[in-house]
Amino acid sequence: MKERYIPIAGTIFVFIALFLTGGALYKHFLSTLVLGDLLADNAFIIIAAIGTTFVIISGGIDLSIGSMIGFVGVVMAGLVGHGWHPLAAAAAMIAFGVLYGGIVGWIIDICDIQPFIITLAGLFLLRGSCFMVSLDSVPIKHSFVDAFSAWRIPLPGSGFLTSSAIVMLLALLAGVVIAHFTRFGTNVYALGGDRTSAALMGVPIRRTTVMIYALGGFYSALGGVIYALYTASGYPLAGSGVELDAIAAVVLGGTLLTGGVGLVVGTLFGGLISGLIATIIDFDGTLTSAWARVVVGLLLFLFILAQRTLIGTRNALRQSIG
Amino acid sequence: MEDAVPRIAMVGVSKSFPGVRALESVDFCLRAGEVHALLGENGAGKSTLIKIMTGALRQDAGEIRIDGRPATLDSPAAARTHGISTVYQEVNLVPTLSVTKNLTLERQPRRFGLISWRDAAKRARERLARLSVDIDVERPLGAYSVAIQQLVAIARALEEDTRVLVLDEPTASLDAREVELLFQILRDLKRQNIAILFITHFIDQVYRIADRISVLRNGRLVRTAAAVELHRLELISLMLGRELEAVDSAPPPAAAPAAGEPLLAAEGLGRRRYMGVFDLVIRAGEVVGLAGLLGSGRTETAKLVFGAVRSDTGRVRFKGRPITARSPRRSVRLGIGFCPENRKAEGIISELSVRENIVLAMQTKRGWLRRLPVDEQNRLASEMINVLAIATSDAEKPVGQLSGGNQQKVILARWLASKPRLLILDEPTRGIDVGAHAEIVALIRRLCKEGMALLVASSELEEIVAVSHRVAVLRDRCHVGEIAGAGVTRENIVRMIAGG
Repeated sequence: MKERYIPIAGTIFVFIALFLTGGALYKHFLSTLVLGDLLADNAFIIIAAIGTTFVIISGGIDLSIGSMIGFVGVVMAGLVGHGWHPLAAAAAMIAFGVLYGGIVGWIIDICDIQPFIITLAGLFLLRGSCFMVSLDSVPIKHSFVDAFSAWRIPLPGSGFLTSSAIVMLLALLAGVVIAHFTRFGTNVYALGGDRTSAALMGVPIRRTTVMIYALGGFYSALGGVIYALYTASGYPLAGSGVELDAIAAVVLGGTLLTGGVGLVVGTLFGGLISGLIATIIDFDGTLTSAWARVVVGLLLFLFILAQRTLIGTRNALRQSIG
Repeated sequence: MEDAVPRIAMVGVSKSFPGVRALESVDFCLRAGEVHALLGENGAGKSTLIKIMTGALRQDAGEIRIDGRPATLDSPAAARTHGISTVYQEVNLVPTLSVTKNLTLERQPRRFGLISWRDAAKRARERLARLSVDIDVERPLGAYSVAIQQLVAIARALEEDTRVLVLDEPTASLDAREVELLFQILRDLKRQNIAILFITHFIDQVYRIADRISVLRNGRLVRTAAAVELHRLELISLMLGRELEAVDSAPPPAAAPAAGEPLLAAEGLGRRRYMGVFDLVIRAGEVVGLAGLLGSGRTETAKLVFGAVRSDTGRVRFKGRPITARSPRRSVRLGIGFCPENRKAEGIISELSVRENIVLAMQTKRGWLRRLPVDEQNRLASEMINVLAIATSDAEKPVGQLSGGNQQKVILARWLASKPRLLILDEPTRGIDVGAHAEIVALIRRLCKEGMALLVASSELEEIVAVSHRVAVLRDRCHVGEIAGAGVTRENIVRMIAGG
């Protein structure tokens, strides 16, 4: 097997093992119903995490995702309350996300600021803005929202794919195509692998950086839209901490935080793994949901350790030859 | 071919930087189908010349002609359109990307707007086939040896229309077999009538591959000659220059101490791809010089002896006992000091005060739990400032604000304060004005009279001759011989470097 597929193989293995464990422990676990719910419940996190995957592969980080999800929700609720069609409001919010991300990327490049700091500033800025818009949860009432939640594709067995799961899968497909079949996508990997060399090889650093964060903004805004439609409300505290869940999903998916290495599709499985752990705990009924966090924490630790060993051996190899 | 129009001709090219005349009216020509070696010591102007040729810099005066026609090379892109391709010293590719991606970055073949990886891989293989390299192009570049990475870099630089290939020290991190592989490829490219400019400091390699040799010194092109006509000894004399007068007319150092017990003995020390295996003995009260051209292994020897770089083979005895688990910390505790060549990056901590920099090694030797009392620190600092005549307003001034020579003295003071038995000095006088230079030479002599042993690496032969009792001569990362006592002269060292 090619080196680059080892981490993703590990992720998929863990996912299947967890799923089978659930099936062995509980009745009705191994069903398309559980799978469909898993996809639906985690759709918004995975969508946002796809954007984060690009950011992390490029060697950056984005901490403002959760706040973006909250902000998109409350503004969308407000706009729909003012008579906008939910789709128009969603398009406006996604445009905002792209613009916002683009500006962040531009500032990162032009001022040579660490992405950690500027996106942390964005986290506070957007979360604060949520409360400026509304202090309470605002319901989104529109016939389209009802239709959106009701629309679903039945799966063999008792399960079904909800509309949010479908949007997520389409967003994933787009992400995979962008990452692996466009020059921009290859440039993202080059940038994260070695910035100086990438620049010398003709990669337009500024344009690529702007596009990376704009793409991150697109995906987090889309995640916010899906979350708002899914919950049919805008809530100023929505998405708190989701930036960290997204980073966890990316890392569990086999992407290196050091940049340059990772697969977009890994993020799907990374996100599903955390969701699966929560589902198992739900099924059990005797465990508190706190266990979900503990297990995700342990898994993250193990994955980082495994990555470290992989990089370690690679560095040792490189050092012995150079 | 001798009288054919050269592919590139530089006529009267000059370039100045603030305070430095990097190139002075250089006439240089590169012919089609030749490998032309460009040599020179540090600061000779090699990199400036390459940068002008590859469009990274513009000359202040003079003209560049390509195939006899005047050309303007005002950007790397302009050089590229003239068919000039460059491979820089460090492999400038992305190790985490596959070989295909490295070879096709920013110019991948696309079908319906999306990259066709099948076509890209085919192109990558074609490019490598030109160099007779056959590897799995889907693997990450970092999985391959430096030699292969170097070849991939050349494959990337070589376009269909490449007519001039500039290689900046391509062999710096290659082993002998890999160098041979590269040379075979260069000979092949030569047959394709490509002009190759080969920058290196490995003299042996120059004679193996180069058709002609040009030597730069202090910004002037001192000689261009056919390799077969330029004798090694002459080449080295040209590189080192003759006009350098002895820094110090003081008499040569007193006779070497009677061959006593070695203070430090390195036995079979070496590291693959870094430094060839060598033996070295240093006795108390003795100054041992390390002489050789740029890149010959002076700094490498110093670092291996000190333990700053781990050796693959061999061992070091100190006062007869082998040192186990060698590290800089262990060496300091045994009483070995090391003043590195690059003081900005490796020696001076410019934010700390003069006093803090001086007590640093002392504190390391004591261990962090036994903190040196402040009174003691102040006493030490003021003593050192007096002894070495460090020009500073007070001991609390950040070292970064001192001049280069005084920074060098602070590093010396740091090691002197820890009272080492052996002090390793790498380029002790680099970047120092003439006055400070003489003071440091005098200091080295005084220290050895007091019974300290010194290992001094320097690019200035006069300095080595002035201070050393014994000189180890290096060439191409190997120790080629030793000269002792009255035999320590400039001529003898140059002859040994040349291998005559």
